[in-house]
Amino acid sequence: MSEKIATRVAYGQTLVELGKQNDKIVVLDADLASATMTKYFKDAYPERHFEVGIAEADLIDLGVGMSTMGLTPFCSTFAVFGGRCFEQIRNSVCYPHNNVKLAFTHAGLTVGEDGGSHQAIEDIALMRVLPGMTVIAPCDANETRKAVLAAAEMDGPVYLRLARLPTAVFDDMPFTVGKGHVMREGKDAVIFTYGTMVEVSLDAAKLLADKGMDVAVVNIHTLKPLDEELVRAYAQKCGKVFTVEEHSIIGGLGDAAAAAIAGKVSCQFCKIGVEDRFGQSGKPMDVLREYGLCADQIADRILKF
Amino acid sequence: MTIQELEATCRQVRRDIINMTADAGSGHPGGSLSVTEILVALYFSKMKIDPKNPHDPNRDRFVLSKGHATPALYGVLGRRGYFPVEEFKGFRQIHSILQGHPDMKKCPGVDASTGSLGQGASIAAGMALGAKYSGNPCHVYAALGDGECQEGLIWEASMAAAHYKLDNLTFILDNNGLQIDGSNNQVMSLGDIPAKFAAFGFHVVEVKDGNDMRQVLDALDQPAETGKPTCIICHTTKGKGVSYMENQAGWHGKAPNEEQRAQALKELEA
Repeated sequence: MSEKIATRVAYGQTLVELGKQNDKIVVLDADLASATMTKYFKDAYPERHFEVGIAEADLIDLGVGMSTMGLTPFCSTFAVFGGRCFEQIRNSVCYPHNNVKLAFTHAGLTVGEDGGSHQAIEDIALMRVLPGMTVIAPCDANETRKAVLAAAEMDGPVYLRLARLPTAVFDDMPFTVGKGHVMREGKDAVIFTYGTMVEVSLDAAKLLADKGMDVAVVNIHTLKPLDEELVRAYAQKCGKVFTVEEHSIIGGLGDAAAAAIAGKVSCQFCKIGVEDRFGQSGKPMDVLREYGLCADQIADRILKF
Repeated sequence: MTIQELEATCRQVRRDIINMTADAGSGHPGGSLSVTEILVALYFSKMKIDPKNPHDPNRDRFVLSKGHATPALYGVLGRRGYFPVEEFKGFRQIHSILQGHPDMKKCPGVDASTGSLGQGASIAAGMALGAKYSGNPCHVYAALGDGECQEGLIWEASMAAAHYKLDNLTFILDNNGLQIDGSNNQVMSLGDIPAKFAAFGFHVVEVKDGNDMRQVLDALDQPAETGKPTCIICHTTKGKGVSYMENQAGWHGKAPNEEQRAQALKELEA
Protein backbone atom coordinates (compact mmCIF):
# COMPACT_ATOMS: atom_id res chain seq x y z
CA MET A 1 0.00 0.00 0.00
CA SER A 2 1.28 3.41 -0.96
CA GLU A 3 1.68 6.54 1.12
CA LYS A 4 -1.23 7.60 3.31
CA ILE A 5 -3.14 10.72 2.24
CA ALA A 6 -5.79 12.69 4.09
CA THR A 7 -9.08 13.12 2.27
CA ARG A 8 -8.84 16.88 2.86
CA VAL A 9 -5.67 16.91 0.75
CA ALA A 10 -7.32 14.99 -2.05
CA TYR A 11 -10.21 17.46 -1.85
CA GLY A 12 -7.93 20.46 -2.34
CA GLN A 13 -6.12 18.79 -5.21
CA THR A 14 -9.36 17.83 -6.93
CA LEU A 15 -10.66 21.39 -6.67
CA VAL A 16 -7.72 22.47 -8.79
CA GLU A 17 -8.55 19.81 -11.36
CA LEU A 18 -12.20 20.92 -11.35
CA GLY A 19 -11.28 24.57 -11.62
CA LYS A 20 -9.31 23.85 -14.76
CA GLN A 21 -12.31 22.22 -16.44
CA ASN A 22 -15.00 24.60 -15.25
CA ASP A 23 -14.78 28.34 -14.64
CA LYS A 24 -18.11 28.29 -12.77
CA ILE A 25 -16.40 26.58 -9.83
CA VAL A 26 -15.75 29.04 -7.02
CA VAL A 27 -14.41 28.27 -3.54
CA LEU A 28 -15.18 30.02 -0.28
CA ASP A 29 -13.28 29.50 2.94
CA ALA A 30 -13.53 30.95 6.44
CA ASP A 31 -9.86 31.56 7.23
CA LEU A 32 -8.98 27.88 7.12
CA ALA A 33 -7.76 27.49 3.55
CA SER A 34 -4.45 26.10 4.72
CA ALA A 35 -6.23 23.47 6.83
CA THR A 36 -9.18 22.57 4.61
CA MET A 37 -6.65 22.50 1.76
CA THR A 38 -8.59 24.85 -0.46
CA LYS A 39 -5.24 26.65 -0.48
CA TYR A 40 -4.31 24.61 -3.55
CA PHE A 41 -7.23 26.17 -5.39
CA LYS A 42 -6.39 29.58 -3.95
CA ASP A 43 -2.88 29.32 -5.37
CA ALA A 44 -4.10 28.14 -8.77
CA TYR A 45 -7.13 30.43 -9.16
CA PRO A 46 -6.84 33.34 -6.73
CA GLU A 47 -9.60 35.28 -8.51
CA ARG A 48 -12.04 32.43 -7.78
CA HIS A 49 -11.14 31.76 -4.18
CA PHE A 50 -13.01 33.93 -1.69
CA GLU A 51 -11.95 34.35 1.89
CA VAL A 52 -14.96 35.30 4.00
CA GLY A 53 -13.12 35.71 7.26
CA ILE A 54 -14.01 33.90 10.45
CA ALA A 55 -17.72 34.06 9.71
CA GLU A 56 -19.29 30.69 8.98
CA ALA A 57 -22.87 31.92 8.60
CA ASP A 58 -21.68 34.35 5.94
CA LEU A 59 -19.64 31.55 4.34
CA ILE A 60 -22.83 29.68 3.58
CA ASP A 61 -25.05 32.54 2.47
CA LEU A 62 -22.40 34.19 0.29
CA GLY A 63 -22.16 30.78 -1.37
CA VAL A 64 -25.92 30.68 -1.74
CA GLY A 65 -25.94 34.10 -3.41
CA MET A 66 -23.20 33.01 -5.80
CA SER A 67 -25.08 29.82 -6.64
CA THR A 68 -28.12 31.86 -7.69
CA MET A 69 -25.83 33.62 -10.20
CA GLY A 70 -25.12 30.32 -11.94
CA LEU A 71 -21.88 29.53 -10.15
CA THR A 72 -21.04 26.30 -8.30
CA PRO A 73 -19.62 27.25 -4.91
CA PHE A 74 -17.68 24.89 -2.66
CA CYS A 75 -17.83 26.24 0.90
CA SER A 76 -15.28 24.86 3.31
CA THR A 77 -14.64 25.03 7.00
CA PHE A 78 -14.23 22.50 9.81
CA ALA A 79 -17.10 20.04 10.20
CA VAL A 80 -17.62 21.09 13.80
CA PHE A 81 -18.47 24.63 12.72
CA GLY A 82 -21.19 23.28 10.45
CA GLY A 83 -23.38 23.37 13.51
CA ARG A 84 -22.87 27.11 13.84
CA CYS A 85 -24.20 27.73 10.33
CA PHE A 86 -26.70 24.89 10.42
CA GLU A 87 -29.68 27.15 10.01
CA GLN A 88 -28.13 28.89 7.01
CA ILE A 89 -27.63 25.43 5.53
CA ARG A 90 -31.20 24.51 6.37
CA ASN A 91 -33.02 27.62 5.19
CA SER A 92 -30.81 29.09 2.48
CA VAL A 93 -29.18 26.01 0.97
CA CYS A 94 -31.56 23.09 1.46
CA TYR A 95 -35.01 24.67 1.69
CA PRO A 96 -34.68 26.21 -1.79
CA HIS A 97 -32.44 23.31 -2.92
CA ASN A 98 -29.67 25.66 -4.03
CA ASN A 99 -26.60 24.32 -5.78
CA VAL A 100 -24.13 24.76 -2.93
CA LYS A 101 -21.47 22.21 -2.01
CA LEU A 102 -20.35 21.97 1.59
CA ALA A 103 -16.96 20.31 1.95
CA PHE A 104 -16.19 20.27 5.64
CA THR A 105 -12.94 18.83 6.88
CA HIS A 106 -11.60 17.74 10.26
CA ALA A 107 -14.62 15.53 10.91
CA GLY A 108 -14.67 12.94 13.65
CA LEU A 109 -12.40 11.95 16.51
CA THR A 110 -9.29 11.63 14.33
CA VAL A 111 -8.88 15.41 14.50
CA GLY A 112 -6.96 14.35 17.58
CA GLU A 113 -5.06 16.94 19.61
CA ASP A 114 -7.48 19.87 19.15
CA GLY A 115 -9.90 17.96 21.35
CA GLY A 116 -13.60 17.51 21.81
CA SER A 117 -14.54 21.09 20.89
CA HIS A 118 -13.17 20.45 17.40
CA GLN A 119 -14.18 16.84 16.80
CA ALA A 120 -17.49 16.76 14.94
CA ILE A 121 -19.36 13.63 15.96
CA GLU A 122 -22.79 14.94 15.00
CA ASP A 123 -22.36 16.34 11.49
CA ILE A 124 -23.76 13.34 9.63
CA ALA A 125 -26.86 13.44 11.83
CA LEU A 126 -27.34 17.16 11.19
CA MET A 127 -26.88 16.93 7.44
CA ARG A 128 -28.79 13.70 6.96
CA VAL A 129 -31.98 15.14 8.40
CA LEU A 130 -32.20 17.93 5.82
CA PRO A 131 -34.53 17.22 2.87
CA GLY A 132 -32.70 17.11 -0.46
CA MET A 133 -29.22 17.00 1.03
CA THR A 134 -26.80 14.42 -0.37
CA VAL A 135 -24.32 13.25 2.26
CA ILE A 136 -21.03 11.67 1.21
CA ALA A 137 -18.09 10.61 3.37
CA PRO A 138 -15.33 9.23 1.14
CA CYS A 139 -12.86 6.72 2.54
CA ASP A 140 -9.67 7.63 0.72
CA ALA A 141 -7.99 10.01 -1.70
CA ASN A 142 -9.28 8.30 -4.84
CA GLU A 143 -12.84 8.15 -3.61
CA THR A 144 -12.62 11.77 -2.50
CA ARG A 145 -11.60 12.82 -5.99
CA LYS A 146 -14.55 11.00 -7.49
CA ALA A 147 -16.92 12.36 -4.87
CA VAL A 148 -15.83 15.95 -5.45
CA LEU A 149 -16.19 15.58 -9.21
CA ALA A 150 -19.61 13.94 -8.77
CA ALA A 151 -20.77 16.66 -6.37
CA ALA A 152 -19.85 19.34 -8.92
CA GLU A 153 -21.91 17.55 -11.56
CA MET A 154 -25.01 17.30 -9.36
CA ASP A 155 -27.56 20.08 -9.15
CA GLY A 156 -28.32 20.68 -5.49
CA PRO A 157 -26.79 20.61 -2.04
CA VAL A 158 -24.07 18.09 -1.23
CA TYR A 159 -22.27 17.60 2.06
CA LEU A 160 -18.78 16.09 1.84
CA ARG A 161 -17.35 14.85 5.12
CA LEU A 162 -13.57 14.93 5.01
CA ALA A 163 -10.84 13.99 7.44
CA ARG A 164 -7.64 15.49 8.71
CA LEU A 165 -5.85 12.22 9.37
CA PRO A 166 -3.86 10.69 6.50
CA THR A 167 -5.31 7.27 5.70
CA ALA A 168 -4.65 4.40 3.32
CA VAL A 169 -5.27 4.83 -0.39
CA PHE A 170 -7.02 1.80 -1.87
CA ASP A 171 -6.81 0.56 -5.41
CA ASP A 172 -9.12 2.47 -7.68
CA MET A 173 -12.70 1.35 -7.21
CA PRO A 174 -16.03 2.20 -8.79
CA PHE A 175 -17.90 5.15 -7.31
CA THR A 176 -21.53 6.04 -7.84
CA VAL A 177 -23.34 8.44 -5.55
CA GLY A 178 -25.91 6.46 -3.57
CA LYS A 179 -24.33 3.05 -4.29
CA GLY A 180 -22.37 1.25 -1.62
CA HIS A 181 -19.22 -0.66 -2.48
CA VAL A 182 -18.31 -4.09 -1.17
CA MET A 183 -14.67 -3.89 -0.06
CA ARG A 184 -14.49 -7.44 1.26
CA GLU A 185 -16.86 -10.34 0.87
CA GLY A 186 -17.95 -12.40 3.86
CA LYS A 187 -20.80 -14.55 5.08
CA ASP A 188 -20.73 -14.64 8.89
CA ALA A 189 -21.27 -10.94 9.55
CA VAL A 190 -21.19 -7.63 7.73
CA ILE A 191 -19.65 -4.31 8.69
CA PHE A 192 -21.21 -1.23 7.14
CA THR A 193 -18.83 1.69 7.44
CA TYR A 194 -17.50 4.83 5.74
CA GLY A 195 -14.69 7.35 5.75
CA THR A 196 -11.66 6.75 7.93
CA MET A 197 -13.29 3.67 9.45
CA VAL A 198 -13.17 1.70 6.18
CA GLU A 199 -9.46 1.02 6.62
CA VAL A 200 -9.96 0.18 10.31
CA SER A 201 -12.90 -2.11 9.54
CA LEU A 202 -10.92 -3.98 6.90
CA ASP A 203 -8.16 -4.50 9.47
CA ALA A 204 -10.77 -5.76 11.94
CA ALA A 205 -12.12 -8.16 9.33
CA LYS A 206 -8.59 -9.53 8.80
CA LEU A 207 -8.21 -10.12 12.54
CA LEU A 208 -11.57 -11.87 12.59
CA ALA A 209 -10.59 -14.04 9.63
CA ASP A 210 -7.68 -15.29 11.69
CA LYS A 211 -10.23 -16.36 14.30
CA GLY A 212 -12.31 -18.17 11.71
CA MET A 213 -14.99 -15.51 11.20
CA ASP A 214 -15.72 -14.48 7.64
CA VAL A 215 -16.80 -10.84 7.75
CA ALA A 216 -17.90 -8.66 4.84
CA VAL A 217 -16.97 -4.98 4.79
CA VAL A 218 -19.24 -2.65 2.84
CA ASN A 219 -18.23 0.94 2.19
CA ILE A 220 -21.31 3.14 2.50
CA HIS A 221 -19.69 6.32 1.24
CA THR A 222 -23.08 7.86 0.56
CA LEU A 223 -24.96 8.22 3.81
CA LYS A 224 -27.85 9.81 1.99
CA PRO A 225 -29.45 8.66 -0.18
CA LEU A 226 -28.60 5.35 1.48
CA ASP A 227 -28.10 2.24 -0.65
CA GLU A 228 -30.91 0.49 1.20
CA GLU A 229 -31.05 -2.49 -1.15
CA LEU A 230 -27.39 -3.29 -0.61
CA VAL A 231 -27.77 -2.86 3.16
CA ARG A 232 -30.74 -5.21 3.27
CA ALA A 233 -29.08 -7.72 0.94
CA TYR A 234 -25.99 -8.03 3.16
CA ALA A 235 -28.06 -8.03 6.34
CA GLN A 236 -30.04 -10.92 4.87
CA LYS A 237 -26.97 -12.77 3.66
CA CYS A 238 -24.81 -12.35 6.76
CA GLY A 239 -27.39 -12.28 9.56
CA LYS A 240 -25.17 -10.22 11.84
CA VAL A 241 -24.89 -6.51 11.11
CA PHE A 242 -22.37 -4.05 12.54
CA THR A 243 -22.07 -0.39 11.70
CA VAL A 244 -18.75 1.29 12.41
CA GLU A 245 -18.35 5.04 12.32
CA GLU A 246 -16.28 7.86 13.71
CA HIS A 247 -19.53 9.60 14.64
CA SER A 248 -22.17 9.42 17.32
CA ILE A 249 -24.19 6.22 17.27
CA ILE A 250 -27.17 8.58 17.32
CA GLY A 251 -28.18 9.81 13.89
CA GLY A 252 -25.33 8.35 11.87
CA LEU A 253 -24.96 5.32 9.62
CA GLY A 254 -26.05 3.05 12.46
CA ASP A 255 -29.46 4.65 12.63
CA ALA A 256 -29.74 4.95 8.86
CA ALA A 257 -28.96 1.26 8.35
CA ALA A 258 -31.26 0.25 11.20
CA ALA A 259 -34.11 2.15 9.60
CA ALA A 260 -33.45 0.43 6.27
CA ILE A 261 -33.43 -3.01 7.86
CA ALA A 262 -36.16 -2.69 10.50
CA GLY A 263 -39.28 -4.64 9.70
CA LYS A 264 -37.80 -6.04 6.49
CA VAL A 265 -34.86 -8.26 7.39
CA SER A 266 -34.43 -10.36 10.49
CA CYS A 267 -30.87 -10.06 11.78
CA GLN A 268 -28.72 -9.22 14.77
CA PHE A 269 -27.66 -5.61 14.84
CA CYS A 270 -24.99 -3.58 16.65
CA LYS A 271 -23.94 0.06 16.28
CA ILE A 272 -20.27 0.76 16.93
CA GLY A 273 -19.36 4.42 17.18
CA VAL A 274 -19.15 7.27 19.65
CA GLU A 275 -21.55 6.41 22.44
CA ASP A 276 -23.31 9.68 23.22
CA ARG A 277 -20.24 11.45 24.54
CA PHE A 278 -17.88 14.13 23.27
CA GLY A 279 -14.34 13.55 22.13
CA GLN A 280 -11.14 14.71 23.79
CA SER A 281 -7.53 15.62 23.05
CA GLY A 282 -4.97 13.00 22.23
CA LYS A 283 -3.07 11.51 19.34
CA PRO A 284 -5.66 10.35 16.81
CA MET A 285 -5.02 6.66 17.41
CA ASP A 286 -5.09 7.17 21.19
CA VAL A 287 -8.44 8.91 20.91
CA LEU A 288 -9.81 6.14 18.69
CA ARG A 289 -8.66 3.58 21.26
CA GLU A 290 -10.32 5.49 24.09
CA TYR A 291 -13.60 5.30 22.15
CA GLY A 292 -13.21 1.66 21.14
CA LEU A 293 -12.65 2.33 17.47
CA CYS A 294 -9.33 0.57 16.83
CA ALA A 295 -9.34 -2.55 14.65
CA ASP A 296 -8.60 -5.00 17.46
CA GLN A 297 -11.30 -3.46 19.66
CA ILE A 298 -13.87 -3.65 16.89
CA ALA A 299 -12.88 -7.26 16.12
CA ASP A 300 -13.22 -8.11 19.78
CA ARG A 301 -16.69 -6.61 20.03
CA ILE A 302 -17.84 -8.44 16.94
CA LEU A 303 -16.44 -11.72 18.20
CA LYS A 304 -18.16 -11.34 21.56
CA PHE A 305 -21.48 -10.09 20.21
CA MET B 1 -44.36 56.00 -14.45
CA THR B 2 -45.13 59.39 -12.97
CA ILE B 3 -44.78 59.97 -9.28
CA GLN B 4 -48.57 60.15 -9.01
CA GLU B 5 -48.86 56.76 -10.68
CA LEU B 6 -46.24 55.30 -8.34
CA GLU B 7 -48.11 56.70 -5.35
CA ALA B 8 -51.36 55.24 -6.66
CA THR B 9 -49.55 51.90 -7.02
CA CYS B 10 -48.48 52.15 -3.38
CA ARG B 11 -52.12 52.65 -2.34
CA GLN B 12 -53.10 49.64 -4.46
CA VAL B 13 -50.35 47.49 -2.92
CA ARG B 14 -51.40 48.61 0.56
CA ARG B 15 -54.95 47.47 -0.17
CA ASP B 16 -53.49 44.17 -1.38
CA ILE B 17 -51.55 43.85 1.88
CA ILE B 18 -54.72 44.36 3.90
CA ASN B 19 -56.74 41.95 1.77
CA MET B 20 -54.07 39.24 1.72
CA THR B 21 -53.56 39.27 5.47
CA ALA B 22 -57.30 39.54 6.21
CA ASP B 23 -58.11 36.68 3.80
CA ALA B 24 -55.35 34.50 5.24
CA GLY B 25 -56.19 35.43 8.81
CA SER B 26 -52.45 35.78 9.41
CA GLY B 27 -49.34 37.48 8.09
CA HIS B 28 -47.32 40.62 8.73
CA PRO B 29 -49.07 43.86 7.77
CA GLY B 30 -47.05 46.35 9.86
CA GLY B 31 -43.65 45.91 8.22
CA SER B 32 -45.27 45.37 4.81
CA LEU B 33 -46.96 48.77 4.99
CA SER B 34 -43.70 50.46 6.02
CA VAL B 35 -41.65 48.96 3.17
CA THR B 36 -44.21 49.60 0.42
CA GLU B 37 -42.67 52.74 -1.16
CA ILE B 38 -39.26 51.04 -1.22
CA LEU B 39 -40.57 48.00 -3.10
CA VAL B 40 -42.77 49.98 -5.49
CA ALA B 41 -39.89 52.34 -6.30
CA LEU B 42 -37.61 49.39 -7.03
CA TYR B 43 -39.97 47.25 -9.10
CA PHE B 44 -41.86 50.01 -10.94
CA SER B 45 -39.04 52.47 -11.48
CA LYS B 46 -35.49 51.56 -10.56
CA MET B 47 -34.71 47.94 -11.33
CA LYS B 48 -33.88 46.56 -14.75
CA ILE B 49 -36.33 43.67 -14.84
CA ASP B 50 -38.77 41.96 -17.18
CA PRO B 51 -41.68 40.22 -15.47
CA LYS B 52 -42.13 38.10 -18.61
CA ASN B 53 -38.56 36.85 -18.29
CA PRO B 54 -38.03 36.47 -14.55
CA HIS B 55 -34.89 34.33 -15.02
CA ASP B 56 -33.02 36.74 -17.30
CA PRO B 57 -29.42 36.28 -16.09
CA ASN B 58 -28.65 39.98 -16.39
CA ARG B 59 -31.70 41.24 -14.51
CA ASP B 60 -31.25 43.31 -11.39
CA ARG B 61 -31.81 41.23 -8.25
CA PHE B 62 -33.89 41.94 -5.20
CA VAL B 63 -33.75 40.10 -1.89
CA LEU B 64 -36.39 40.67 0.75
CA SER B 65 -34.12 40.03 3.70
CA LYS B 66 -36.97 41.00 6.04
CA GLY B 67 -38.78 38.05 4.51
CA HIS B 68 -41.92 38.34 6.61
CA ALA B 69 -43.00 41.36 4.52
CA THR B 70 -44.35 39.02 1.83
CA PRO B 71 -47.73 40.78 1.53
CA ALA B 72 -45.88 43.85 0.21
CA LEU B 73 -43.57 41.81 -2.02
CA TYR B 74 -46.39 39.73 -3.48
CA GLY B 75 -48.53 42.82 -3.94
CA VAL B 76 -45.75 44.44 -5.94
CA LEU B 77 -44.84 41.31 -7.94
CA GLY B 78 -48.51 40.65 -8.75
CA ARG B 79 -49.21 44.23 -9.78
CA ARG B 80 -46.00 44.26 -11.84
CA GLY B 81 -47.22 41.21 -13.75
CA TYR B 82 -45.04 38.36 -12.46
CA PHE B 83 -48.18 36.32 -11.76
CA PRO B 84 -51.96 36.87 -11.90
CA VAL B 85 -53.30 38.92 -8.99
CA GLU B 86 -55.86 36.15 -8.43
CA GLU B 87 -53.00 34.32 -6.70
CA PHE B 88 -53.32 36.80 -3.81
CA LYS B 89 -56.28 34.75 -2.56
CA GLY B 90 -53.94 31.82 -2.00
CA PHE B 91 -51.55 33.72 0.28
CA ARG B 92 -50.44 31.37 3.07
CA GLN B 93 -52.85 28.66 1.91
CA ILE B 94 -51.99 25.07 1.05
CA HIS B 95 -50.36 24.52 -2.39
CA SER B 96 -50.07 28.26 -3.05
CA ILE B 97 -47.10 29.85 -4.80
CA LEU B 98 -47.44 32.58 -2.15
CA GLN B 99 -45.82 30.97 0.87
CA GLY B 100 -45.77 32.74 4.22
CA HIS B 101 -42.17 33.70 3.51
CA PRO B 102 -40.66 34.09 0.01
CA ASP B 103 -39.91 30.87 -1.86
CA MET B 104 -37.71 31.36 -4.93
CA LYS B 105 -38.66 27.97 -6.32
CA LYS B 106 -42.41 28.53 -6.07
CA CYS B 107 -43.03 32.22 -6.80
CA PRO B 108 -41.96 33.89 -10.06
CA GLY B 109 -39.90 37.01 -9.45
CA VAL B 110 -38.57 35.95 -6.04
CA ASP B 111 -34.78 35.93 -6.36
CA ALA B 112 -33.98 34.37 -2.97
CA SER B 113 -35.83 32.33 -0.37
CA THR B 114 -35.73 34.26 2.87
CA GLY B 115 -37.57 34.50 6.15
CA SER B 116 -34.86 33.67 8.60
CA LEU B 117 -33.53 37.12 9.42
CA GLY B 118 -30.00 38.09 8.46
CA GLN B 119 -29.64 35.51 5.72
CA GLY B 120 -31.02 37.61 2.86
CA ALA B 121 -28.41 40.33 3.32
CA SER B 122 -25.64 37.76 3.09
CA ILE B 123 -27.23 36.08 0.07
CA ALA B 124 -27.49 39.49 -1.63
CA ALA B 125 -23.80 40.11 -0.95
CA GLY B 126 -23.06 36.70 -2.47
CA MET B 127 -25.09 37.62 -5.55
CA ALA B 128 -23.17 40.88 -5.92
CA LEU B 129 -19.88 39.04 -5.45
CA GLY B 130 -20.92 36.43 -8.01
CA ALA B 131 -21.95 39.18 -10.42
CA LYS B 132 -18.55 40.88 -10.06
CA TYR B 133 -16.71 37.61 -10.67
CA SER B 134 -18.90 36.75 -13.68
CA GLY B 135 -18.83 40.23 -15.20
CA ASN B 136 -22.61 40.44 -14.88
CA PRO B 137 -23.68 44.11 -14.99
CA CYS B 138 -26.68 43.67 -12.69
CA HIS B 139 -27.26 45.56 -9.45
CA VAL B 140 -28.38 43.76 -6.31
CA TYR B 141 -30.81 45.30 -3.83
CA ALA B 142 -31.80 43.94 -0.44
CA ALA B 143 -34.44 45.29 1.92
CA LEU B 144 -33.46 44.86 5.57
CA GLY B 145 -35.46 45.35 8.71
CA ASP B 146 -34.06 47.39 11.58
CA GLY B 147 -34.70 44.69 14.17
CA GLU B 148 -33.02 42.34 11.72
CA CYS B 149 -29.78 44.28 12.23
CA GLN B 150 -29.56 42.65 15.65
CA GLU B 151 -28.51 39.51 13.76
CA GLY B 152 -24.75 39.08 13.66
CA LEU B 153 -24.94 37.85 10.08
CA ILE B 154 -25.93 41.36 8.90
CA TRP B 155 -22.53 42.56 10.05
CA GLU B 156 -20.65 39.56 8.70
CA ALA B 157 -22.25 40.29 5.33
CA SER B 158 -21.50 43.99 5.68
CA MET B 159 -17.81 43.29 6.29
CA ALA B 160 -17.69 41.11 3.19
CA ALA B 161 -19.56 43.72 1.12
CA ALA B 162 -16.97 46.36 1.99
CA HIS B 163 -14.01 43.98 1.73
CA TYR B 164 -14.99 42.92 -1.78
CA LYS B 165 -15.86 46.51 -2.77
CA LEU B 166 -19.37 45.57 -3.81
CA ASP B 167 -20.51 48.84 -5.35
CA ASN B 168 -23.13 46.77 -7.20
CA LEU B 169 -24.92 46.12 -3.89
CA THR B 170 -27.46 48.33 -2.11
CA PHE B 171 -28.97 47.55 1.26
CA ILE B 172 -32.16 49.46 1.96
CA LEU B 173 -33.06 49.61 5.62
CA ASP B 174 -36.74 49.87 6.46
CA ASN B 175 -36.13 51.76 9.69
CA ASN B 176 -39.59 51.80 11.27
CA GLY B 177 -38.21 51.54 14.78
CA LEU B 178 -40.44 48.68 15.93
CA GLN B 179 -40.12 44.93 16.27
CA ILE B 180 -42.23 42.14 17.76
CA ASP B 181 -41.59 42.77 21.43
CA GLY B 182 -41.59 46.58 21.27
CA SER B 183 -39.36 49.36 19.99
CA ASN B 184 -35.82 48.58 18.84
CA ASN B 185 -34.58 50.60 21.78
CA GLN B 186 -36.59 48.54 24.26
CA VAL B 187 -35.61 45.19 22.79
CA MET B 188 -31.97 45.75 21.81
CA SER B 189 -30.73 49.22 21.03
CA LEU B 190 -29.25 49.61 17.57
CA GLY B 191 -27.46 52.82 18.43
CA ASP B 192 -26.37 55.06 15.60
CA ILE B 193 -27.35 52.96 12.58
CA PRO B 194 -25.95 55.28 9.86
CA ALA B 195 -22.64 55.54 11.74
CA LYS B 196 -22.50 51.76 12.10
CA PHE B 197 -22.94 51.12 8.37
CA ALA B 198 -20.50 53.93 7.57
CA ALA B 199 -17.95 52.41 9.94
CA PHE B 200 -18.39 49.07 8.17
CA GLY B 201 -17.42 50.78 4.91
CA PHE B 202 -20.76 51.61 3.31
CA HIS B 203 -21.71 54.70 1.37
CA VAL B 204 -24.65 55.75 3.55
CA VAL B 205 -27.68 57.67 2.33
CA GLU B 206 -30.43 58.72 4.71
CA VAL B 207 -34.03 59.19 3.69
CA LYS B 208 -35.94 61.38 6.09
CA ASP B 209 -39.31 59.95 5.11
CA GLY B 210 -39.08 56.52 3.56
CA ASN B 211 -42.81 56.57 2.91
CA ASP B 212 -42.40 59.57 0.61
CA MET B 213 -42.01 58.28 -2.94
CA ARG B 214 -40.03 61.30 -4.17
CA GLN B 215 -37.48 60.96 -1.38
CA VAL B 216 -37.09 57.21 -1.93
CA LEU B 217 -36.59 57.67 -5.68
CA ASP B 218 -34.05 60.43 -5.12
CA ALA B 219 -32.06 58.19 -2.80
CA LEU B 220 -32.15 55.27 -5.24
CA ASP B 221 -31.05 57.57 -8.06
CA GLN B 222 -27.93 58.73 -6.25
CA PRO B 223 -24.92 57.22 -7.97
CA ALA B 224 -23.03 54.52 -6.10
CA GLU B 225 -19.65 55.41 -4.71
CA THR B 226 -17.01 53.47 -6.60
CA GLY B 227 -15.64 50.61 -4.55
CA LYS B 228 -18.23 50.87 -1.79
CA PRO B 229 -21.55 49.17 -1.12
CA THR B 230 -24.47 51.51 -0.46
CA CYS B 231 -26.83 51.50 2.50
CA ILE B 232 -29.96 53.60 2.17
CA ILE B 233 -31.54 54.13 5.54
CA CYS B 234 -35.21 54.92 5.16
CA HIS B 235 -37.02 56.28 8.18
CA THR B 236 -40.47 54.78 7.83
CA THR B 237 -43.69 54.32 9.76
CA LYS B 238 -44.70 50.81 10.70
CA GLY B 239 -48.29 50.23 9.61
CA LYS B 240 -48.14 53.29 7.31
CA GLY B 241 -51.48 54.31 5.82
CA VAL B 242 -53.75 52.50 8.25
CA SER B 243 -54.46 54.77 11.20
CA TYR B 244 -54.96 52.10 13.82
CA MET B 245 -51.82 50.20 12.75
CA GLU B 246 -49.40 53.12 12.54
CA ASN B 247 -46.53 52.91 15.02
CA GLN B 248 -48.10 49.93 16.80
CA ALA B 249 -45.70 47.02 17.38
CA GLY B 250 -48.74 44.82 17.95
CA TRP B 251 -49.51 44.92 14.21
CA HIS B 252 -46.20 43.28 13.32
CA GLY B 253 -47.69 39.86 12.81
CA LYS B 254 -51.44 40.09 13.19
CA ALA B 255 -54.18 40.09 10.55
CA PRO B 256 -57.05 42.59 10.51
CA ASN B 257 -60.56 41.24 11.13
CA GLU B 258 -63.42 42.08 8.77
CA GLU B 259 -64.33 45.30 10.50
CA GLN B 260 -60.70 46.39 10.59
CA ARG B 261 -60.28 45.39 6.94
CA ALA B 262 -63.20 47.60 5.91
CA GLN B 263 -61.82 50.56 7.82
CA ALA B 264 -58.30 50.09 6.42
CA LEU B 265 -59.56 49.78 2.83
CA LYS B 266 -61.59 52.94 3.30
CA GLU B 267 -58.52 54.81 4.49
CA LEU B 268 -56.51 53.48 1.56
CA GLU B 269 -59.01 54.38 -1.15
CA ALA B 270 -57.54 55.54 -4.43
